[in-house]
Order: sequence, then C-alpha cells, then structure tokens
Amino acid sequence: MTGHCAAISVKTFRGGASALKAALLGLSLALAGIAVPAVAQTSLTITQGTREAMPIAVPRFAGGDLGAQVAQVVAADLERSGLFRPIPAGVYPQTPEQIQAQPAFPAWRGAGADTLVSGRVVPQGNKVAFEFRLWDTQAEQQLTGTAFTADSANWRRVAHIIADTIYKRVTGEDGYFDTRIVYVSESGPKNRRVKRLAIMDQDGANHRFLTSGKDLVMTPRFSPRDQTITYMSYFNDRPRVYLFNIDTGQQEVLGDFPGMTFAPRFSPDGNRVVMSMAKDGNTDLYSVDLRTRRITRLTSGPAIDTSPSFSPDGSQIVYNSDQSGGQQLYVMSANGGGGKRISFGDGRYATPVWSPRGDLIAFTKIKGGRFAIGVMRPDGSGERILSESFLDEGPTWAPNGRVIAFFRQSPGAAGTVKLYSVDVTGFNERLMPTPLDGSDPAWSPLNP
Amino acid sequence: MRFTHPGFKVVVLAAALLSVAACKSSDTGATDTTSGGAVTGSIVPGSQEDLAVSAGDSVFFDLDRYSLKPEGQSTLQAQAAWLAKYPSVTLTIEGHCDERGTREYNLALGERRASAVRAYLISLGVDANRLQVISYGKDRPFAVGSDETAWAQNRRGFSRVN
Repeated sequence: MTGHCAAISVKTFRGGASALKAALLGLSLALAGIAVPAVAQTSLTITQGTREAMPIAVPRFAGGDLGAQVAQVVAADLERSGLFRPIPAGVYPQTPEQIQAQPAFPAWRGAGADTLVSGRVVPQGNKVAFEFRLWDTQAEQQLTGTAFTADSANWRRVAHIIADTIYKRVTGEDGYFDTRIVYVSESGPKNRRVKRLAIMDQDGANHRFLTSGKDLVMTPRFSPRDQTITYMSYFNDRPRVYLFNIDTGQQEVLGDFPGMTFAPRFSPDGNRVVMSMAKDGNTDLYSVDLRTRRITRLTSGPAIDTSPSFSPDGSQIVYNSDQSGGQQLYVMSANGGGGKRISFGDGRYATPVWSPRGDLIAFTKIKGGRFAIGVMRPDGSGERILSESFLDEGPTWAPNGRVIAFFRQSPGAAGTVKLYSVDVTGFNERLMPTPLDGSDPAWSPLNP
Repeated sequence: MRFTHPGFKVVVLAAALLSVAACKSSDTGATDTTSGGAVTGSIVPGSQEDLAVSAGDSVFFDLDRYSLKPEGQSTLQAQAAWLAKYPSVTLTIEGHCDERGTREYNLALGERRASAVRAYLISLGVDANRLQVISYGKDRPFAVGSDETAWAQNRRGFSRVN
C-alpha cells in the first residue's frame, strides 16, 4: 500500500494567491500520472436526485492548531456540498500522527469511513508546508496527494484548494470551494434600508464591506477575469452602472448614457458588460466594450428588456422581456436582435442566468403569488423548480455549474433577507451565513 | 410636527405611519388629495408640503401596470396647476413598485411609471426641463407590510420637489 503514496511532490510558493493557485495546478498535472483510477466505492456519480453522501474521515492535520483549523475548513466545505458526510471525531481509530506512519485501513473501514484524509502542517522557514493525502479505505490505496508551501496567513485558501482537490477526485467534477461571494449587505427598516456591497469567501470567512452604505447599491457581479465587480449605485441620485476594483477600491461609471443604467453583467471573456438602459418609459439592452468603451444597442421596441446573461461561449444572451405581455425569457445572438422566447410555463419568468457549463439556465419564477428558483435547458425544455418561498430571487451559479446561490425574503415589516445555496438537483438547501441581512449574491469564478 | 391645524395633523400622522423615506422631506407627504385646501400659514409656498396639500404628491398604479388611472390624472392636473403657480419649482418624479416583482424588472417598471407621470404633466403644459425621473423599483417602499394594502401604497409615482 505504501508504494502508492511515495510520490508526493512538494512545491514552494512565493506568496501571492495567484502563485499559490498556479503552483497547485502544476502539481495536479504532475500527479495525474500516478493517481490510481477511482474504484467503485470512492466514485460518486452525480445525477439528478442523488442524495447519497460519501462517508469521509477528516481528522485534524498533524502539526498543532493550524493543522486542526485546516482540517475543519476542509471538512466543512465537503459537508456543505451535501455529497460528503464527515464521520464524527469520536470514532477515529487513530491519531493524526499514527495515520502519518501508516493508515490502519480496516479500523477506518470499521469506523464507517469509505475515504480518509490525512495531512500535516510543517513550518518551513517563514512559511508553512501543507501536505494532504486522500485514501480509499476499501482498496487501501491513495487516491490523490498534494503538498505545497504557502504563507501561513493563506491557510484558509490552502484548505479550500485541498477540499476542491478531494471533491474533484471523488466526484469527477471541478470544485467550487476556492471562491468568493459578492452580495448586498442589508440593514435597517425596509423603507430606509442601508445597502452595502460586501464580499466574503464562499464559506462566509474573510467578510468585508466594500462600500459605506451612503448610496443605495444593487446587483453586483464578478468579472470572470480579474478583480473587478460591476454593480448599480444611486451615487449623486443618479442610478447608474459602475465598475469597482476590489483590490484598489477604485470606481468608475460605465458608459455615458442619457438614462438609468442597471442590470449589468460581464461577458465570459471579461471584455464587455451588457446592461439595461431605461429612458422615457422604455428599457432596452446595451453592450459596452470595456477596451474601446463603444456602446452597442442590442434590443429595441417598447418592451422592458432586462437581466441579460451571456452563454459561456459568449455567442448568445438570455434575457428577460415583457414583449408578450408578462415577463418571459428570451435568447438572442450576443450581437443583438432576433430574440426567441424560451419560457412557456405558467407564471412569469425573470432573472435568467446561464450556467458556466452551458447546459442550464437558472431563473426566478413568479407564480400564484410565490417566487421560486428553477432551471431549464437553453431551449426551454426540462424545467425544474429547486426552491420556493414567499420570495426567492436572483440565482447565481457556482463556477462548476452544480450549485446555485440566491436570496430569500420573508414577508412583513420585520421580514428578513438571507442568502441561500441549493444543489442543482434541488437537494441540500443551505443558509449562507452573513453578518447582517443579504441579497443579490454573485458567485465568483475559481479564485485566480 | 410643526403643523397645528387639527385636520392636517391627522393626515401627517397617517403619512408618517407609511414612512415616506425616499424623499428628502420624509416627515411629510399626504398620500391622497383629501387634504387639499388644508393649507395652514406654516406651509412654505412652493414647498413639498405645499404640493402635498394643494395637489397631492402621489399617483397610484395597478399591479404590473403603468397606465394612469382617473384619480391619478386628477392629481396630476392639480400638480400641473400648482407648478404653473411656482414656475421656478422643479420636480423629480420617483417611480416605485411593490415587492411582488424581481428587482431589475421593477427598476424598469418604476421608470415606466415615473415616465408616464412625466409625460402626462408635459401634456398638460409643464416644461419638460422641470421634470426629472428616477426609479427606485421595489427598494424604497412607502409601506413596509406584505399585504395588498401595503403593496397598493407602493405602486406609486411620487413627485419630489427639488
């Protein structure tokens, strides 16, 4: 058995987040040759309706408090996905140090763990080496293993990257734990709501506010390529779309439009922002090229056209229009014009968002006085409702296209607004904890 | 409250319960025209209070609609007459929606409502340059409840004196 775990590579990182990720990607490639094929017990096939969670043991990593913290974050990520069930620490048959010497596979099987994560944290100069291995306790084999060095301050990112590696090895799909959420933090009475842009890791850690709350803000969205957010602000009593650099805090108005601009969203290559502009009672879609600042009009006519979202290949845009009377979903070429209606079910359809995989479009559905989050194929077929309440709105996709975040408002003057996530199968609905109320979530791509 | 007229006090109290928040003068704002004629000496001519009392500052819309109802047209006719009396006054027409719609669509719907108010005032002879519009969608409700009474209050075009 131990022969399989000989090849753990160690790479050194120079600090920044990008270097960390780049080095990890390098390692993953290097390890591909030695990873053993998944065996039946350690391969989860994710299909609609799968509710089976894989039992996994994630004991603290050897190496003090930091090792315990890393393991906790890894276990929490995996558990939150709904696809893994960490077994309780009370039944662990070995200490982390004993596992490092040799995992006692029969004992771990006896404890109910199909898979076992072992790891250790070793100081290395002014940095820390993080090592982990994922074991199949049935086959008594290492499934994957990675080691890398980073600033100890980056330990949370390291833990998320480890969780992503485990998720991918077991499910065969890309992970989504090394990501962030930008959203609108809300406080105060409903008629004088204070709204601030805020950003946090997908597990709620590293929360910080990006705006002061002086101006009403709405609908932030990540650039797929860099540290930029586009959002809408009422700065100076003029509701308009802005760009916001997360690193520098620098903001700028996007485009010189004669009316209100809103509902912005980046193109997949990050070079364009598509948005609505309302003037004289008519709302149409426009695209702004971020390199030339050239503005292209995409729709015309008296209908409200809003909530645009690109297909992942950038060739099409799905949007919300009331040209048929009520709100419905339409798909058109990214160059504009020729919108074809795709939603035909009962009720109104709004806020379409194309999955990063391209296979589904998430939406808000209003029917019978209730609001639901659902998905349908880009041709409008296969509609599936994932979540429903007094008011569920504003879906956003995790970068792997498996999980959707949205916000849920409860009724009444004292009603709350909270962020939730749900698996694309409709299972595993979870509250996403925020310090205050929250709305308008946008999931980042995998961190650069 | 700095108003002393007993009849007006009741109106102001009712408005305060509705918590007019998005407007600069959030402690005022009669919500219908029943207060017309209740002007007291303490109201500054040409002010938000004056508009509220003399003409009514709000018109209301049906669910998912932006067409003006007869009551709304009457209010706007009074607003146009009032604006003729105070030629230096400019208005920002706020468009508002109830919470039973999605945020982005409601921004557009609020803009439609505010623009419908503006267009009607222009048709009555008000100079277009005196009328700006802004939409708050569902984000600055006047009534904070989640029932039809509250929603009806929030489907509104509100004329804010600049």
